[in-house]
Amino acid sequence: MDSALEQELQIFAENIRLASLRAVAAAGGGHLGGIFSMAEALAVLYGDVMRVNPRNPAAPERDKLVLSKGHCGPGLFAALALKGFFPLEDLLTLNQNGTLFPSHCDRQKTPGVDMTTGSLGQGASSAAGIALADQLARRAYRTFLILGDGELDEGQVWEMALFARQRKLRNLVALVDLNGQQLDGDTRDICAGVANAGAMFASFGWNMLAVDGHSVREIHAALQPAAGVPMQPTAIILKTIKGRGWSRLEGKPKVHHSVVDEAQLREAEAEITRRIASLQAAV
Amino acid sequence: MPIIDGALEMRQVFYQSVGRLAAQDERVVVLDADLSSSSGANAFAANYPDRFFNCGIQEANMVGVAAGLSAGGFIPFVHSFAAFISRRALDQVFVSCAYAGLDVRLVGSDPGLAGHANGGTHMALEDVALMRSIPGVVIVDFSDPGMIDPVLDASMRQPGVYYFRLFRKTRENLYPQGTEFELGTAYIAKDYGNDATIISAGFIGMREALKAADLLRRDGVAVRVLDMFTIAPLDAGAVLAAAAQTRAIVTLDNHSITGGLGSAVAEILAGRTATPFRRLGATGFGEVGTLDYVLEKFGLNAAAVAATVRGLLGV
Repeated sequence: MDSALEQELQIFAENIRLASLRAVAAAGGGHLGGIFSMAEALAVLYGDVMRVNPRNPAAPERDKLVLSKGHCGPGLFAALALKGFFPLEDLLTLNQNGTLFPSHCDRQKTPGVDMTTGSLGQGASSAAGIALADQLARRAYRTFLILGDGELDEGQVWEMALFARQRKLRNLVALVDLNGQQLDGDTRDICAGVANAGAMFASFGWNMLAVDGHSVREIHAALQPAAGVPMQPTAIILKTIKGRGWSRLEGKPKVHHSVVDEAQLREAEAEITRRIASLQAAV
Repeated sequence: MPIIDGALEMRQVFYQSVGRLAAQDERVVVLDADLSSSSGANAFAANYPDRFFNCGIQEANMVGVAAGLSAGGFIPFVHSFAAFISRRALDQVFVSCAYAGLDVRLVGSDPGLAGHANGGTHMALEDVALMRSIPGVVIVDFSDPGMIDPVLDASMRQPGVYYFRLFRKTRENLYPQGTEFELGTAYIAKDYGNDATIISAGFIGMREALKAADLLRRDGVAVRVLDMFTIAPLDAGAVLAAAAQTRAIVTLDNHSITGGLGSAVAEILAGRTATPFRRLGATGFGEVGTLDYVLEKFGLNAAAVAATVRGLLGV
């Protein structure tokens, strides 16, 4: 990866933060902690890795993404808007009456959203089904699955882990946003075992890579198709910080859901736009 | 009730029909949860090994994978025992299949009292209530193998979530071969007269309903029997016609008294008619025993149906 692409993807990640922040603020609040922790992953996926076409979002010949931590939908919508699937200002209708942008992902409403999610764990299985469909239809495309670490409490994820290995779903890539926090608190105080997500996926027979989830360079390298053993699904553990990119949230306790008032919006916008400006200056 | 010599079991007919669709349409795939030798899906697997997926004992994942297969352009048929495909995987059916607007066919075998050999854990007495509460789910309870081809053919023309109740092992045909059935339209199984109407669905319920009609006929009570094999969407016209044309209605559920076919009929009749109406269905949990024993225990056999009709008519 050259440094120009690296900077482009870093800027994309910050723009995902900015656009989802504005959408969540317009709605009054939302799950910014988990949106900000996966911003770099979304930027690498939609900014470079995934083969998708905003003018033909449902074409069978495309890479797919299932955001199983469906409450973080605004982050995905921001990436899609920046990619050209719909105008950026549409995001400001988030959760408004009659909106096409409900904060939990809805494949029937939002162009480019590949699966309906929101009941945690379920996106794991539907992603496996989509990957299986591509194999059956001999479509050489990949399915990316983003899981939260709190979500790993759900048994359905591990049912899927057995199934995907058995079916040799080598075109399935699960990215685990290991930000260490879920609604009620730190994962280590609730189901501490999820901190071992990498070892768990490896023991289920998956390829496993662990990267700095805020390094677009490391994520990009892990997402190259050559990485890992053929015939196995791949789990990429993203070591992340919940709320990354806004000092009011970053690394703080209880940032699963945040209410954003006007002053806080300005404060967060200022932090993010300053970073964007310095990244652009470096280009 | 004719038992045709050498006739196939209901499960064999079902997966032959799925195989016929698979031969015509390469999108058709079959999933099972370690029950393929019980469901009969193993016969499909033998013919289409690349289009059959034994998911293991994991109903939630299986239903979710089916949703993903549908999102990827396939038409999955997904089996487990009725108790598990409904109760156990209900949120996956709701969110990943129905709410997501996908095309998935759920097959629940041994519905209601058909699970009598395994008892209360395996008896689905609430599966219809659960599925009926999810918008758009089409529910079919097969009483005769002749229904399978026309229903599956119709389902191929109309995408959505289907829930098929399948009594696996019967070889009994309740109706003559060649009888025509249409998805969504009640089948008039007997039309002895207009004294009353008995409405049921599925093999176990319909067999008792038809026996009850014959018992009543011997006593001079002439009834109509409706096979409401499409439980959702319900044929409201047939129910209202029965209310207008006959003097009483009795429903017989191979299911809990709460939320099943009888409840669906009640929802149609409420506020529209004064025709005397009673519902028969199971109360409480299931238990092991012979089919005759559990039918008797829950008051769902032909004698109970006939007595209920006589009670309503005062004869």
